[in-house]
Amino acid sequence: MTAPLKKPKRKNPILRTRLPVPPPSARSRVALGMLWGAAQGRLELQVCRDCATVQYPPREVCRRCLSDRLDWKPQSGEGELVAETLIRHSLELYFRERAPWRAGLVRLPGDVTVVAHVHADVPRPAARVRVRAHLDRAGQAVLVALPEKDTPNMADDRIMREMTCDPKFRKVLVTDGKTAVGQALVKALVAAGAEPVWVGNAEPWKNFPGFEEITKIPQVSLLSLDVTDQRSVREIAGEIAGRVDIVINNCEVHRTYGISQRYGTDAARAEMDVNYFGLLRLAQEFGPALRARGADGTNSAVAWVNLLSIYALSNYPPHGTFSASKAAAHSLAQCLRAEMRPTGVRVVNVYPGPIDDEWNQLLLPPKIAPAALANAIVGALKSGVEDVYPGDIAQDWLARWRDNPKALEVEAANP
Amino acid sequence: MSATLMQLASELAGGRIRVVDLTQTLSPDFPTITLPPEMGQAWPFRIEEISRYDDRGPASYWNNVSFSEHTGTHFDAPIHWISGRDLPNNAVDTIPPEHFVGPAAVIDCSAESKADPDFLLSVDFVKKWEAKHSKIAPRAWVLMRTDWSKHIDPVAYQNFDETGQHTPGPDPEVVQFLVKERDVIGFGTETIGTDAGQAFHLNPPYPCHYYMHGAGRYGLQCLTNLDQLPAQGAVIFAAPLKIKRGSGSPLRVLALVPAGAK
Repeated sequence: MTAPLKKPKRKNPILRTRLPVPPPSARSRVALGMLWGAAQGRLELQVCRDCATVQYPPREVCRRCLSDRLDWKPQSGEGELVAETLIRHSLELYFRERAPWRAGLVRLPGDVTVVAHVHADVPRPAARVRVRAHLDRAGQAVLVALPEKDTPNMADDRIMREMTCDPKFRKVLVTDGKTAVGQALVKALVAAGAEPVWVGNAEPWKNFPGFEEITKIPQVSLLSLDVTDQRSVREIAGEIAGRVDIVINNCEVHRTYGISQRYGTDAARAEMDVNYFGLLRLAQEFGPALRARGADGTNSAVAWVNLLSIYALSNYPPHGTFSASKAAAHSLAQCLRAEMRPTGVRVVNVYPGPIDDEWNQLLLPPKIAPAALANAIVGALKSGVEDVYPGDIAQDWLARWRDNPKALEVEAANP
Repeated sequence: MSATLMQLASELAGGRIRVVDLTQTLSPDFPTITLPPEMGQAWPFRIEEISRYDDRGPASYWNNVSFSEHTGTHFDAPIHWISGRDLPNNAVDTIPPEHFVGPAAVIDCSAESKADPDFLLSVDFVKKWEAKHSKIAPRAWVLMRTDWSKHIDPVAYQNFDETGQHTPGPDPEVVQFLVKERDVIGFGTETIGTDAGQAFHLNPPYPCHYYMHGAGRYGLQCLTNLDQLPAQGAVIFAAPLKIKRGSGSPLRVLALVPAGAK
């Protein structure tokens, strides 16, 4: 059984910080198809539309009937570990640094045998396992065989720590503690074992309901971080960027206007300044230090979370300028992901539907509760996914957007 | 050639007249007025580098800055308020420049403001002050000294609770008195506005804005160092930026005071 993770010792300052080395990441275009599901925590394999044969490894044409109509379909992942090996030597730097490493072959329904990383709590073959798709430190989809049933401390396994961004014992920054979402995030992170939790407190004279409660949590310390102020971001980064392991940027301005409901650009500019430029300022000041610590021991720098919006995918005209700012942030988050990926720091993008807060007062339910959103974010870190669409509305919009973006464009205007 | 001006220059050079800076530093941390979030908002001061002897400009350090007309130590023109919107020469670019220099009467309300952050300056208070310090001269600035600028911490400076801001200011009667009976050129404070923190609940709301600007007079706020001025006898230089149709602007406010006056 996995031993529970102990709180890591403080860093030995005379030792060189290990540089992040990504695991092998070359994939064919077809193989990248596994990413869509894996990024959301779902195992998908190709299935032939003509003869229903499940495919592995990913391929251009069906291994049985040669049809090229292969669709990525969710799989249960319940299978049997039929063989295993312990890798003690590798020419890949990533595995060389982490040897010995357990890998094996798993038989899945549909008569496919897959190669998977094997969790330490899986018994020796033959053993029932659950295969999950995970993202590795290169952001590539890989398969991990987990024990059939959950075991105590299974998240603390070495392989899992490589695949996930578990906040346990990690130092976390929540950029805005004033909002209901920020406060719920702080509580969920502390419950998940994060310590310390730094919390942004812009415009400190504004004392919003619930804020005082989180300031009393022993793991919490406040920072006068204002993402609209480059100097503030730089100063705070100077204080903590070299120590923070997870940055959660939940700063947002949300006004509920399209183009014609609000004359002028002031509200739209405030949205852009926080939702887009705020992310840019944070990424410029915190990014370099995080990138340098992508492999810094048990509690390395591991994740960067952006609170975006499902309206980033397609404009919701009643909240049109907000949607546009989130679309800009979504695009910049892709850039950040590309810059972070080689160092193993995962960029997690969260696309909620309307949050149950004062700015969505006039929208009918379902709306995602701040606590549910916070739990989805912490859950994403624990499970290692990088694209999060929490709640019914987000899932519905995502499905419609994938199905037909033009249809969604029209539907969004007449919700 | 004016002997007075030459004498002024010589007294300044000789240190017999001192220049006191009444201006807060323009800094991103300095608060701006807080309004309900759905309303239009005044930008706080922000500064971003253009270059700093680096690849963006090897030989130069300079910044882009942004702020509202009402950020930091700033000047309010009559056009700022609805009551002054139709007056002639009511914007900062058209105000006659001679209005930017004038004497100041500094009314010390620091003890009262310390005891009660919602302290309102009254006619009675001004008359008692005049009995001691002589009558306010026509076309003088009236500066309400509260020592509020000594609150370095922005939380204490803003002094918000769930009913809003609690900072001192003038009551509606004294503003009318100063305009009609004393013909002042304007009213200045150390707080974020010329009106009290709770002035939205006075009648009319924000009486200093309403009456001063309605009569073509001016405002100065976020002043500091008023405790270095004599009650009477200082001369104020307060020239806003020449913004076309501007309603106000951050500015450097300087006071000339006799050395040893305070």
